[in-house]
Amino acid sequence: MVKHAKPKGFYDTFERKSSQGGPESETTHYCPGCGHGTVHKLIAEALEDFGIKDRTVFLSPVGCSVFAYYYFDTGNIQCSHGRAPAVGTGVIRSLDDAVVISYQGDGDLAGIGTAEIVHAANRGENMAVFFVNNAIYGMTGGQLAPTTLLGQETTTTPLGRLADREGGPIHMSEMLDALDGPAFIERTSLSNAAGVMKTRKAVRKALTNQVERRGFSFVEILSPCPVGWKLTPIQSRIWIKDNMETIFQVKRFRDREEGSRGTGRMPLMGDEELKELLGSDHGEEARKGENLETECRVKIAGFGGQGVMSAGVLLANTAIGEGLEATWLPSYGPEMRGGTANASVVISDEPVGSPVVNRPTTLLAMNGPSLDSLEDSVITGGLIVVNSSLINRKVRRDDVKVVYAPVSDMAAEAGFLKGANVVMLSLYLLEKGVPGIQTLKTVIPKSIKKKELVEVNLKLVKAAEEFHAS
Amino acid sequence: MRKVLIKGNDAIVRGALLGGATHFFGYPITPASEIAQGAANLFTRSGRTFLQAESETSAINMIYGAASTGARVMTASSGPGVALMLEGLSYLAGAELPSVIVDVQRAGPGLGNIWPEQSDYNMCCKGGGHGSFHNIVLAPSSGQEMTDFAYRAFDIADAYRMTVIILTDAYVGQMMEPVGFPSAVRHGARKSWAVYGDESSRQNLISSIVMNQTGMAELNIMLQEKYARAARDLTDWDEIETEDAEFLLIAFGITSRVASTAVSHLRENGLKVGLLRPKTLFPFPSERIAELAGQVNLMAVAELNNGMMAQDVELAVRGGCDVRKYNWYGGMVPSADELASRVREDFNG
Amino acid sequence: MSGNRVEVNQDLCKACRVCVETCPQHCLELGSAINALGYQAVRFDSVDCTACGMCFYVCPEPGALTVIKGEDA
Ligand SMILES: Cc1ncc(C[n+]2csc(CCOP(=O)(O)OP(=O)(O)O)c2C)c(N)n1
Ligand code: SF4
Repeated sequence: MVKHAKPKGFYDTFERKSSQGGPESETTHYCPGCGHGTVHKLIAEALEDFGIKDRTVFLSPVGCSVFAYYYFDTGNIQCSHGRAPAVGTGVIRSLDDAVVISYQGDGDLAGIGTAEIVHAANRGENMAVFFVNNAIYGMTGGQLAPTTLLGQETTTTPLGRLADREGGPIHMSEMLDALDGPAFIERTSLSNAAGVMKTRKAVRKALTNQVERRGFSFVEILSPCPVGWKLTPIQSRIWIKDNMETIFQVKRFRDREEGSRGTGRMPLMGDEELKELLGSDHGEEARKGENLETECRVKIAGFGGQGVMSAGVLLANTAIGEGLEATWLPSYGPEMRGGTANASVVISDEPVGSPVVNRPTTLLAMNGPSLDSLEDSVITGGLIVVNSSLINRKVRRDDVKVVYAPVSDMAAEAGFLKGANVVMLSLYLLEKGVPGIQTLKTVIPKSIKKKELVEVNLKLVKAAEEFHAS
Repeated sequence: MRKVLIKGNDAIVRGALLGGATHFFGYPITPASEIAQGAANLFTRSGRTFLQAESETSAINMIYGAASTGARVMTASSGPGVALMLEGLSYLAGAELPSVIVDVQRAGPGLGNIWPEQSDYNMCCKGGGHGSFHNIVLAPSSGQEMTDFAYRAFDIADAYRMTVIILTDAYVGQMMEPVGFPSAVRHGARKSWAVYGDESSRQNLISSIVMNQTGMAELNIMLQEKYARAARDLTDWDEIETEDAEFLLIAFGITSRVASTAVSHLRENGLKVGLLRPKTLFPFPSERIAELAGQVNLMAVAELNNGMMAQDVELAVRGGCDVRKYNWYGGMVPSADELASRVREDFNG
Repeated sequence: MSGNRVEVNQDLCKACRVCVETCPQHCLELGSAINALGYQAVRFDSVDCTACGMCFYVCPEPGALTVIKGEDA
């Protein structure tokens, strides 16, 4: 009776490795005595025993195990160097029932991919990570790895790793154990048969966790690289015992026996629900009202908090409510940190060319600094509306029309200081005629969600009308 | 169709969702952050997936993973972030995975600033990463096109198994304009090559590694053929007043809007100036530009960089016409008057 | 006689000797013939095999070793 044979988690023949047939297509590409083969075998056995080949998506890294996809009879994705945990995140966020395996070396996981593994672990992504720690870069020819031991000679530490120069070996299991996310963390060793059997257990545990969606499971395996270490396969196993195991404690760090993790996703919306969410309903098209005489390029400026942005949006909405074209461009980013803000609105009969307003036809100045900095930019024959509640001085130019209005006081009188922007906007519309103040009155209830605020704002429009009439 | 006043960046998110996007992996950066924020809200609420990655490097690799499973997946960033994605873009190209990337360009080099430039042109249109690859690059110039291009991008990406980059800029992203939405929601179909974690896709392999020279050469040749097919079928542009033009302005994105205003001013003054606005930057409307080179006396390329698109124009006209370069940097966007006066000088000079 | 044995696929063994060192019953040894891959494949030659499977698990090659439990054991 066959007790142990080539596990069915492997392909029968490794055709991706060699289509020529012969022993080439039945052996691995690994050096004799390499630990990768042993770890592969333990994984392949579990895939077969648990019956999860169909569900499994295997991520091959960059390193000696770059060709892991030659061997595993599962869905396969080959990843860029170090990024497999991010790739796995993309996979598991798309396939709820997949068993995702990220197989990585120490250069891949603990060097170039440090950020990816830490954050996937911290998010507790549902994936099993098999971290083959062989203290060296095998594939590229035996260079220093983040896990290389102090004193260890590599091709880039020919005199041995020196703490003062390269720092010491990185302890990934301990590092990840500092995070809340992982469900399971264990470090094992391939130094002898007992270690291999412990590794087998840990591999099976990590995969069981995936079947049960228990979350992020991490197995660090101290593994021989005889060729990189310039030792025989037997010597290299002794070297693990004598040197690696004293630095990297073999231990189960965590085994959180909790229930399964959810996807964190809300129920999937159908098409109609989605369209409603996006507000992409197909209401009526605005009817074109009166034409403008010329394109209006309006700058609304003031402190942050005076509502200049929203006044701009209201203005643009009023314009499109009359079938006009409009653009709104905010000041944004760190520009906003200084406390001043401005919005540029262009209104036109034609599609708007540039939304940038360097030479406004109208300046709505809500505070002193805005008038100071923008007064000169207004075109000859343009309009400046000055918030005389906050600006004591007069406009210096005599080639523009100026309206002085205590818009902040008017808003305060109505019991809503924050509405000064609406008073200002109303005065602009009353001055220009197009778009009209009546349209603003229909836009306000659509744009403002709170009912009380709609009323106050309509009251402010009225106050502006009275001011304008006087 | 009723139009809603929204930001270009928000228009992208809505267009993408209507276009069938199911996954968004992103990392914040001004002036693209509203896209991530909008996606965080709307992808999440609609039962799709939004995840903020730890870096753009991770984001593009999450995209690689989700695209491997056949998902319609996207991200949005700006120059510094897109630069971090270049290795990933190369892998996506090699593995022929479809994805959609939005680049809301800001000024560079380095941290630069957050105002608009078009200086990611070469990075996006020439492939960007290592290897002989390309992305399809769409250049919207309005809120409406932000929605429309995002809506179409996923179909194109799937059809060509390529990355589609929506190359826009800070102003088109930040600006609000009235936008109408497409009425049908699109959905991606099951892909024969993708990995679904099930029996029928078990044999599938997503990979960009080809260890023999001939195989790698074949993959490259196949990619070039695909790019040629895209050039035949996807190249798109707009023309204004070109029929009798003696002078041709070429501009894309925000600059093309300024240019269109400038052209109408110049026409009012009797100058026969036309505008060609590429809507696809890769493939580039080289043939049409070559044709116009036989008609006009002079061309000028107006762009917010050091003449990157102008190089493609020069290649297209092959010396058949003089090409002037109008360049701005640092977030300086010319006014229509400024651009018109540059044209006037060259027109008369 | 247990009938337990280990079949060594002579073509697939890379002669790393890990199984030889691991086997508690010393059932395996390095052979002298050189296989197609260029290695002196391991040979099984013993009656003491308990079919414990240690050699199988430590062997890095997928198909080099098959452990068979004797029918009469
Ligand atoms: C971005 C990038 N940088 C460098 C490399 C080259 N490279 C390939 S494998 C490797 C090291 C792999 O070492 P490790 O992860 O320890 O795996 P091992 O080969 O030891 O199994 C490096 C640096 C690469 N492929 N990509
Ligand atoms: S170089 Fe080292 S890690 Fe790579 S296959 Fe050889 S023994 Fe294994």
